[in-house]
Amino acid sequence: MAENKHAVSLSLLPAVWRTRIEALLRPEESVRACFETDLTPDLRYADGLAVLTTIRILHLTQDEQTREWGLVDALMLRQTDYAGVGQLDIVLGEKRLDLLRFTLARAVAATHFVSELARLRADGAEEPEPAALCPECHSPLDPASGLCAVCARELAAPPSSRTLLRLWRFARPYRLQLFGGFFFTLMATFATLVPPYLTMPLMDEVLIPFQNGTPIDVNKVILYLGGLFCAALLAWVLGWAKTFLLALVSERIGSDLRTTTFNHLLGLSLEYFGGKRTGDLISRLGSESDRICLFLSLHALEFLTDVLVIIMTAVILFTINPWLALTTLLPLPIIAWMIHVVRDRLRTGFDKLMRVWSEVTNVLSDTIPGIRVVKAFAQEDRESKRFLAANQYNLALNDRLNKLWGLFSPTVTLLTEVGLLVVWAFGISQISRHEITVGVLTAFLAYIGRFYTRLDSMSRIVAHTQKAAAAAKRIFDVLDHVSSVPEPRNPVSLPAVTGRISLKNVGFRYGNRQVLRDVSLEIAPGEMIGLVGQSGSGKSTMVNLMCRFYDVAEGEIQLEGVDIRNLELRAFRQHIGLVLQEPFLFFGTVADNIAYGKPGATREEIVAAARAAHAHDFILRLPHAYDSIVGERGQGLSGGERQRISIARALLIDPRILILDEATSSVDTETEKEIQKALENLVRGRTTIAVAHRLSTLRKADRLVVLERGRVVEVGNHDALIEKDGVYARLYEAQTRQQAEAEA
Amino acid sequence: MTAAFKLERTARGRLVLTLADGTTHEGVQPVRAFPLSAPTEFLALVSTLGRELLAIDHLDDVPEPARSLILEELAPREFMPRILSIDSVSTFATPSVWEVRTDRGKTSMTLKAEEDIRRIDRGRLLINDSHGLQLMIDDPAALDARSRRFLERFL
Repeated sequence: MAENKHAVSLSLLPAVWRTRIEALLRPEESVRACFETDLTPDLRYADGLAVLTTIRILHLTQDEQTREWGLVDALMLRQTDYAGVGQLDIVLGEKRLDLLRFTLARAVAATHFVSELARLRADGAEEPEPAALCPECHSPLDPASGLCAVCARELAAPPSSRTLLRLWRFARPYRLQLFGGFFFTLMATFATLVPPYLTMPLMDEVLIPFQNGTPIDVNKVILYLGGLFCAALLAWVLGWAKTFLLALVSERIGSDLRTTTFNHLLGLSLEYFGGKRTGDLISRLGSESDRICLFLSLHALEFLTDVLVIIMTAVILFTINPWLALTTLLPLPIIAWMIHVVRDRLRTGFDKLMRVWSEVTNVLSDTIPGIRVVKAFAQEDRESKRFLAANQYNLALNDRLNKLWGLFSPTVTLLTEVGLLVVWAFGISQISRHEITVGVLTAFLAYIGRFYTRLDSMSRIVAHTQKAAAAAKRIFDVLDHVSSVPEPRNPVSLPAVTGRISLKNVGFRYGNRQVLRDVSLEIAPGEMIGLVGQSGSGKSTMVNLMCRFYDVAEGEIQLEGVDIRNLELRAFRQHIGLVLQEPFLFFGTVADNIAYGKPGATREEIVAAARAAHAHDFILRLPHAYDSIVGERGQGLSGGERQRISIARALLIDPRILILDEATSSVDTETEKEIQKALENLVRGRTTIAVAHRLSTLRKADRLVVLERGRVVEVGNHDALIEKDGVYARLYEAQTRQQAEAEA
Repeated sequence: MTAAFKLERTARGRLVLTLADGTTHEGVQPVRAFPLSAPTEFLALVSTLGRELLAIDHLDDVPEPARSLILEELAPREFMPRILSIDSVSTFATPSVWEVRTDRGKTSMTLKAEEDIRRIDRGRLLINDSHGLQLMIDDPAALDARSRRFLERFL
């Protein structure tokens, strides 16, 4: 029997299911669709497999049971979901025969299953539809589980622990300078180790013989002192060179890191920004990239020097006297062990600290933009308490960390003193046995002074490394995030855009809430469509999907017959002009704001766009007309004025498609009339999709699309819909009554 | 292209505009659309109600005497002294009182905050004093060393 008569290749299914299905299938029967259920009807986890064949629906369960329903005409499938649990009712006429339950991960496959049944009925044994595609990455889904193998693999990848090493990607372009810096560090360290070595002959050949009655050899003194001075001078020059060079490099790495992260951030979809708080993102980009930079230029460099000093000192000490050297180095393993113990505790501590710090900034970035609401509701105390709470948590965490941290340094100092004592004692005993000279002991003590201070500063690197690693991890979190609105691998070049849009069985969900389902709509070039419905009915979602701020979960949206997911994002959005409810003006001049979507626009174009948007007159009244600064702290413009500037902005790019998302909702009816006039210029000859709460503003629309709970319930122009006396008529009546009451 | 028009000053000192269609408007005001970035292009004559009556693409297109009338009328509205040197500043923290010499004479001005110094094209600086008066520094690099040192502390 040919395998390809099945729409679903049975070989892809787990072996357990395959053998059971093959045993069940009759010769003339073929499999059209299947999906794995993972819940029982009483909501326990258990695997099952639902199979749609040409003649029946089968459900196989783990406990070797099989149920089946023949495909009689009255048999229906009804898919619903609530709070993460999907349900498929098998209905015969008015009676529910049975139900299948599954988690939402399987919902896409379930939807495919349901639509396959419809297709089977519609065109008999025609070609089945290819397997469903992953909503995230558009690779074909596993037919049974409805899960995407590609996405699952990405999710399962463990977070990299050696995050700091990943910074190499940014350090690579500067490896020559880095190597130079390393060379200077080596030389500078070497130069600082010369002076203690010179104290040895100075003591043994000059001072001790003098005490024993030999006169001082002035030439020797000049030679040794000169050597000391030269070494100091050399160390100074080399120290400057290494610090300068490495600081230069680290600043550049930091700047590259910030730029790359910001650019990556700009490419992420709105979904990402919706789930993140501004303060958190700002701190990731600002202070944390700075912390990495500081670590690279200062702490890492210091650590490197420390390691070099320790290695070189150890080598020098051993060449002078191995036994004394051994005594000197005895505390080293103990300190190394201590560092290791503290490291683990500090790591988690600093990671937590940084999250708390974000919390503090979050309170600020919540409160300051919302200050009017805070004041209006007299909630200053509450915000102050919130800030205090974040601060106190920050303090408490710091205290706990500092307790541990504070213990660390003194212990290192104590060990240093003990180590010195040991060396003194051992040295004196060796001198008494004439095994070493006084000069050797002096040199050892001088070296040890440097040695242990190095260990002390080395121990500090632990904290710095943890901080920098935590910062790097948070930055790479952003960098590793793949946009959920990906650029297509092989973009299709867009044909001439007339503004024809078609929505085909579009479905979308936010988290586990289904917002749009099975929306199909053909929009002709130049047509004006009004989207109507109560809030939460999915109007704004539809607009967001058409702008491709999000990608559809099911179905597709086509522009000129091409799936918009196959178009290059930039090319696609060029054809879209968007006017939002809350127009956003960037800090800059009025002219810059109008030309935002077309930076090279001439002054003629800017003035023309402003005229068409009915903004020219009020702009001329501003103190510097088009050169006036607007934006965050600039000229105070009214809502209507801001809106008209944003209309001019949309007009200037001359888009084929225009999207008005509640463009006139935030202004009064007088201003609305003014804006309406501006909009009329904008709408002319363009495909327009307008969302408005106020139905009167949509009177001019060619067709009104009424949405209710994510479904299209009515389509038609104003008069036809009033005639129909359905949902729209009710909405309209309610609004006119309200208005009349308000005016009365 | 700028349409034909006639501009006169009445005995009471107000400007009267007569448009090509014969309508006359008293009390018109000339306005520059881009006073900073393109002062001689895109002028407008607006009515007392703020409506644009006539658009002038370029000041050079305007025949005399209308051109002089426009410039005369614009002058007081665009009083913008050029700072030639900064003689002293009261403090380096804002608000700070600056003693400056301008092309219109010596004066003192108060800088409320650093962000009141606005960079416009070609390195020019526009300074808003606390009373909303604007002063311009055409070329900061051309100031004397002392003034530059003062200025540097606020940029």
